[in-house]
Amino acid sequence: MTISIDPQKTNNESLQPKGWLRYFSFSLDHKVIGIQYLVCGFLFYLIGGTLASAIRIELASPMSDFMPRDVYNQVLTLHGTIMIFLWIVPVVNGAFGNYLIPFYVGARDMAFPRLNAVAFWLIPPSGLMLVASYFVEGAAQAGWTAYPPLSITTPQSGQIIWIMSVLLLGGSSIFGGINFIATIIKLRRPGLKLMQLPMYCWAMLGTSILVVLSTPVLAGTLILLSFDIIANTGFFNPVLGGNVVVYQHLFWFYSHPAVYIMVLPAFGLVSEILPVHARKPLFGYTTMVFSIMGIVVLGLVVWAHHMFTSGTPPWMRLFFTIATAFIAVPTGIKFFNWVATLWGGKISINSAILFSCGFIINFVFGGITGVALAQVPFDIHVHDTYFVVAHFHYIVYGGTVFIIFSSIYHWFPKVTGKMLNEKLGILHFIITFIGFNLCFAPQHWLGLNGMPRRVAEYDPQFQFVNQISSLGALLMAISTIPFLINIFFSLRNGNDSGDNPWNALTPEWLTSSPPPVENWEGEAPLVEEPYGYGKQFSEQK
Amino acid sequence: MTTLDSSKEIQKSNSEVNEKHEDFRMFGLVTFLIADGMTFAGFFAAYLTYKAVNPLPDGAIYELELPIPTLNTILLLVSSATFHKAGKALLKDKNGDSQKWLFFTASLGIIFLICQLFEYFHLPFGLTDNLFASTFYALTGFHGLHVTLGTLMILIIAWQSRVNGGRVTSQNMFPLEAVELYWHFVDGIWVVLFIILYLL
Repeated sequence: MTISIDPQKTNNESLQPKGWLRYFSFSLDHKVIGIQYLVCGFLFYLIGGTLASAIRIELASPMSDFMPRDVYNQVLTLHGTIMIFLWIVPVVNGAFGNYLIPFYVGARDMAFPRLNAVAFWLIPPSGLMLVASYFVEGAAQAGWTAYPPLSITTPQSGQIIWIMSVLLLGGSSIFGGINFIATIIKLRRPGLKLMQLPMYCWAMLGTSILVVLSTPVLAGTLILLSFDIIANTGFFNPVLGGNVVVYQHLFWFYSHPAVYIMVLPAFGLVSEILPVHARKPLFGYTTMVFSIMGIVVLGLVVWAHHMFTSGTPPWMRLFFTIATAFIAVPTGIKFFNWVATLWGGKISINSAILFSCGFIINFVFGGITGVALAQVPFDIHVHDTYFVVAHFHYIVYGGTVFIIFSSIYHWFPKVTGKMLNEKLGILHFIITFIGFNLCFAPQHWLGLNGMPRRVAEYDPQFQFVNQISSLGALLMAISTIPFLINIFFSLRNGNDSGDNPWNALTPEWLTSSPPPVENWEGEAPLVEEPYGYGKQFSEQK
Repeated sequence: MTTLDSSKEIQKSNSEVNEKHEDFRMFGLVTFLIADGMTFAGFFAAYLTYKAVNPLPDGAIYELELPIPTLNTILLLVSSATFHKAGKALLKDKNGDSQKWLFFTASLGIIFLICQLFEYFHLPFGLTDNLFASTFYALTGFHGLHVTLGTLMILIIAWQSRVNGGRVTSQNMFPLEAVELYWHFVDGIWVVLFIILYLL
């Protein structure tokens, strides 16, 4: 296989360009690849965010007056696909995983550096392909789920490009997952036990297991779907004897775990950030580990709760309702552990912990509506309404994207050696938090009152609430400005951060900022436990 | 702590650290094969669901002929054994014998593919005839793609142990072992596929 590497050659960076140019080259350094993932993902976030703004502008009035209805569907599809496959999944997995995991396991690079570079460099071309699919005749307009028969019967050349692009991104994701599993299990420094790893390693291990087990199923499904479109087979085409529900089963077998692929790394990251800024050890390490593994196992067996209205038999509804409700248990354990970590801590108010706390608050709302949605009668009532949209965005934006920003504020000094401006950061948090809740909280009401999702026109009685929602979206769009100003200003003129500005105890802070090419000069430092805050204090007593 | 300046000495010491790592490429390959197996699992699940939920009208049910797939099963099982022989020969530094066994394995793979094509041309149904036909071609075709890739990789390592002296030897068994594992995996998938598609 081509994944073989020559260990002593992989880290030879002497041929690489120096300075900032190395971030634009085919580098094998896990830190460079991590930054590449982050920047590339953020560029796609700006595209996806622009599309989201277009959607909210359209929905500010009941009639379809800003764009034609089919264009609305195309914009919606592109927004969903970009945000999931090009922003959140690559960034929470690829960017932070690549940057942090080798530090946490005490390694100089990932297990397979070349595979790592391949996994990243699949993303920009397939992302551009996805964006380009909008401009061909008949762009994909079946939503990010691409449900047949809609995806088969609508104009198709864009849908084909969409499928190929998602296949490539899935391949990138699988390569990344293999790399993380090998790095965490095999590349640990001798003597470092699994139960001593920082929580983010556990989260990435769980995520990678989900990636390896479920992404190939999506790939197979999309191959069958492309056969339906190109070769006129009938796998998912009821006219030719196919079965659309089979597509839904296979699709959600990936796409339900995909929610955990997006949110488990965020759980790991918040578990790293909270102890540092609250100056307290992470509460309940062992229960955190087991709850992650519990979420992985349960996450693989709950996919059909997306299909309660697809004619699922009653026994299936019962099983998937119970399994889904059970996920609330490990998630609840994690939530209470984070609150207990904050409880009585010496919390320093800065942008990193504000975003983390914002995550906890939003995630509780998203989790509660999630448990509600697991109940069949309620789900049938609100299925395909804005309630689901609100729930989903509370998990994915209010959860994961808040943590992405929190992590950027937390690790920016490590990556660049410069501090970010706290005032701009707090301003960014306030606008984002208000804008986000203004945008998505009213959508619960819209959904309960019956406004369907994925439509460009709606009943005029929903206009006022939709306008509030659009106002929130405007604030979210504005919130990007202080963030970008902050990043660019601080990169040039920020204060020097020193090696460990937060006095954190995890291994990446024990090297210089920015870290040298092979992470440590000489032997890697030993860290006994990552969350030993206040330990020497309690030993003195 | 100093900043970005990796002098030669540091690079040397780092290289020593890196050399101590055990070889975990096989671990990565196994993980990849699990992922690959999940693709097949998805296809099998789809096929079995169609079989259970979407019964075909009586006129559209085909009897699959067993001789060719049975022959193909035997071919693949024998090829697994011959590949094992190639590995044993290479371990004893008998490169010539190893190449012979490898070429033998590859030709078994090629005969398998020819038999499969022969079967395709003599089947009474085409890709788009009905749901069963589509699933049949998708499953066997996807497996055939794996056999094609495997055969190519066998030929490549045979060529590398011959021409590119020192690339595949008893000191560097990994390429051969990796392809062997892949080949056994493809064989195993075929056995499952044979049972599900032809015998059930």
